[in-house]
Amino acid sequence: MFGSSIIVFRETLEAALIVGILTAATRGVSGRNRWLIAGITAGLAGSAIVAAATNTIAEMASGFGQELFSAGVLGIAVLMLAWHNIWMAAHSKELAIHARNTGRAISDGKRECSVLFAIIALAVLREGSETVLFLYGIATAGSQSTHTVLVGGLLGLTGGVAVGWTLYAGLLRIPLRWFFSVTSLLVLLLAAGMASQVARLLIQANLLPSLAAPLWDTSSLLPPDSVLGTLLHGLAGYDARPAGMQIIFFAVVLVSIVIGMKLISQPQQPSK
Amino acid sequence: MKKLLFITLFLLTSTAFAADAEFTIVIREHRFEPAELIVPAGKKIKLLIENQDSTPEEFESYDLAREKVIPGNSAASLYIGPLKAGRYPFFGEFNESTAKGAVIAQ
Repeated sequence: MFGSSIIVFRETLEAALIVGILTAATRGVSGRNRWLIAGITAGLAGSAIVAAATNTIAEMASGFGQELFSAGVLGIAVLMLAWHNIWMAAHSKELAIHARNTGRAISDGKRECSVLFAIIALAVLREGSETVLFLYGIATAGSQSTHTVLVGGLLGLTGGVAVGWTLYAGLLRIPLRWFFSVTSLLVLLLAAGMASQVARLLIQANLLPSLAAPLWDTSSLLPPDSVLGTLLHGLAGYDARPAGMQIIFFAVVLVSIVIGMKLISQPQQPSK
Repeated sequence: MKKLLFITLFLLTSTAFAADAEFTIVIREHRFEPAELIVPAGKKIKLLIENQDSTPEEFESYDLAREKVIPGNSAASLYIGPLKAGRYPFFGEFNESTAKGAVIAQ
């Protein structure tokens, strides 16, 4: 039972961290909750479809379909997160006012909501499909009773959601003055971390050279399977022994988004 | 000129092939065979994982920073390394109690 709860917890955690940050980051955007729930639902439905198609995906691209699929999902998520942060840079003042007195709709909020929907759906899809596969494997093997596995899975799910919720609640306590700077920074790290994971997957499939592997080794300082290591992996794609190519991906995405945010917020400065 | 190009191409591809050492791990009854795989350090390695069980397994390693689902009754490969000499534990995430192993680079 604990076996299944730990695995489901691990898979839920990463998605929950992303959902927690994005929910906080879209504070003040009207209709957010509806899109959030729709995103989670679509992600879960997608998980079942991806899990059912595992064999087909695995056989594609001469055995590296899985890597390409995951890299594609992450790549789209990176673009969406980038869009989100740049949009935020243009609207955060408006949103801060909106968070104080609700009832004023944000112009352009609809598109932001669909981006939120897509990011949440992709995050849930990526982590969810593995969970579905795992639970399916146990259910068909019949070595443990399905009941035990389900209870364990639910425990893990609850734990993961609790961490995501704690992060969300903690973020909301940040004073509004700094609030959107903090969430923007977190989204920036999420996007860069995902980009580094894209590189890792493409190296795993031998589609990219690793370039100096590993660039450094912090596995004894901060083990990747420790609590902090796991959290950092979820938040910023932490790897204890990253390949040079991963760092390049991380840096390029980080710098590109920062430049995008700077460019979009500049024209508004004269009107201050 | 054409011949020279051909020879360089041949040399390039043959060294590329020579650089990728290939190793196989079998999953049977939720265990890895061999449980300890010795590989050369400092080389890129192609790892072929053959899952003979009917259930899917996820090959996962924190130390190698790799994860890949291997569907039941099928095989899949992935690339690891170049590794520094050392022990790199891996496990089957779906059957963690029995599916344990390590890549030993030397």
